[in-house]
Amino acid sequence: MASQTREAAIVGLYEYPLRKVEPGTTALRIKTDSAAKALADAGLSWKDVDGLYDAGDGGGYAGLELASYFGFKPNVIDTSATGGSSYEVQAAHAMRDIAAGKCKVALLTYGSTAHSQARAIGTGGGTGAGAPNWIGNMEDSWGQTLIANYALVAHRHMHQYGTTPEQLAEISVATRAHAVRNPEAVKAMEDLGFVGTGEVSIQDVVESRMIADPLTLLQCCMVSDGGGALVIAARDVARGCKKPPVWLLGGGEATAYPENNRDITISAAAQSAPAAFGEAGVTADELDIAMIYDSFTITVLTILEDLGFCKKGEGGAFVSGGRLRWDTPGVALNTDGGGLSSNHPGMRGLFLLLEAGRQLRGESTSQKQGAKLAVAHGNGGMLGTRHVAGTVILAAD
Amino acid sequence: MPRPLPRFPEPDTEKFWEATKRHELTYPTCDSCSAIIFYPRQHCPQCGSDKQTWHTSRGEGTVYSYSVIRQNRNPSFKDLGAYALAWIDLDEGFRMMSNVTGVGDPTKDIKVGMRVKVQWEDQPDSELSLPLFVPA
Repeated sequence: MASQTREAAIVGLYEYPLRKVEPGTTALRIKTDSAAKALADAGLSWKDVDGLYDAGDGGGYAGLELASYFGFKPNVIDTSATGGSSYEVQAAHAMRDIAAGKCKVALLTYGSTAHSQARAIGTGGGTGAGAPNWIGNMEDSWGQTLIANYALVAHRHMHQYGTTPEQLAEISVATRAHAVRNPEAVKAMEDLGFVGTGEVSIQDVVESRMIADPLTLLQCCMVSDGGGALVIAARDVARGCKKPPVWLLGGGEATAYPENNRDITISAAAQSAPAAFGEAGVTADELDIAMIYDSFTITVLTILEDLGFCKKGEGGAFVSGGRLRWDTPGVALNTDGGGLSSNHPGMRGLFLLLEAGRQLRGESTSQKQGAKLAVAHGNGGMLGTRHVAGTVILAAD
Repeated sequence: MPRPLPRFPEPDTEKFWEATKRHELTYPTCDSCSAIIFYPRQHCPQCGSDKQTWHTSRGEGTVYSYSVIRQNRNPSFKDLGAYALAWIDLDEGFRMMSNVTGVGDPTKDIKVGMRVKVQWEDQPDSELSLPLFVPA
């Protein structure tokens, strides 16, 4: 069990409930509304914040526009923007900054109107726009979509380890089972026009429309609006907050990118996880909750292995038999319904921390009894080419 | 609408694409440590050296992985039908992204590990040629 010092904790959290926002709603307003609600959740006030963590999703200069709109003069300005893993990277930095005495109350916010803007996140891909650069010149001519990029990893995983489409489908089945228990996720699926909003079977997933072989529609995350906020505070502040603290025990970050001879079934998590688990003093088999960026099923399968839940190549067997459900023994995956069935506005990393926080407070709609330890692992960029991993280990009070 | 093509000036990849006009698939190696530098760039990512020598590949390799894309909203690709994106491991030891074509049904006829060779696709409005891959 953990031997860590517990310097910083999540004390306030808020998830913006709408996945299809009212016309005129901006990312900046989602960030601001969520910040106020998360501070209220903590019992802290606007002026208590002295650390601002901002990926720049509200527009303008990251860190600056948000500070000026909020009306803050923070002592720490962290503008880590690594796509979907931005919030794990920011949370790890907040933990470090608080432990170093640089700030006491850190605020992380997210807002996006990706759905309302009809952004083609998964099926867009390189357009050959913007200034010429060395990557675009080698990749934009092949019609790569984001989904196909992840599918490259899936096919390689199937080839190398015998992983089956049915095993990948287990991940969609488990997260949908959690989504149907979460009223906000159900409303999201209704508002975004899902054909069915109930539980799905392995057969449903495998037989849904093929988007980019071997990934079918029900293995791809939705594109929603949304956002939220997270408040992380130093131990002395946390002790005086309204809700029980959820401690940050360890953090890690890493990159991966194309290399000749690279094994693409191994993600950057293989580097970020040992750093995070080492700092936390825990191992994967002790964890109750795995909040893993489910952009696609293959993302989860690969990262479960890289985090150490099972050996590389054994993810297919590990996820089989409904093992990832909240109500079966062992670790529970994405108990809010995940990006597959609850929300995915483009950078899902914040929601991983929010649901880990709710689980460790005992507030989830699919509450794992006695949940004590969780991991939140974000993956930003693309699994099949280049990405940034962020791993955060959390513990109940 | 034609495919997006590489654009210049772009100093790292210019030599690679210049050679495609002659239907040559080329790659640089480091003069100091012999590592293959791919994608091309000014320095060797293994040792930092800026001295390199370009070579011509035989254009034969293996499909490292692939996906058959059924849906792409990009106007250059949306009418292409199912087409295959792939990582190709060239026999000389470098890996590049491309398309596998020249098969009857891309959803059935492409496999990880299959042998392929380069096939040049000349472009209507450019001297550049795209290195695609077909079964060897």
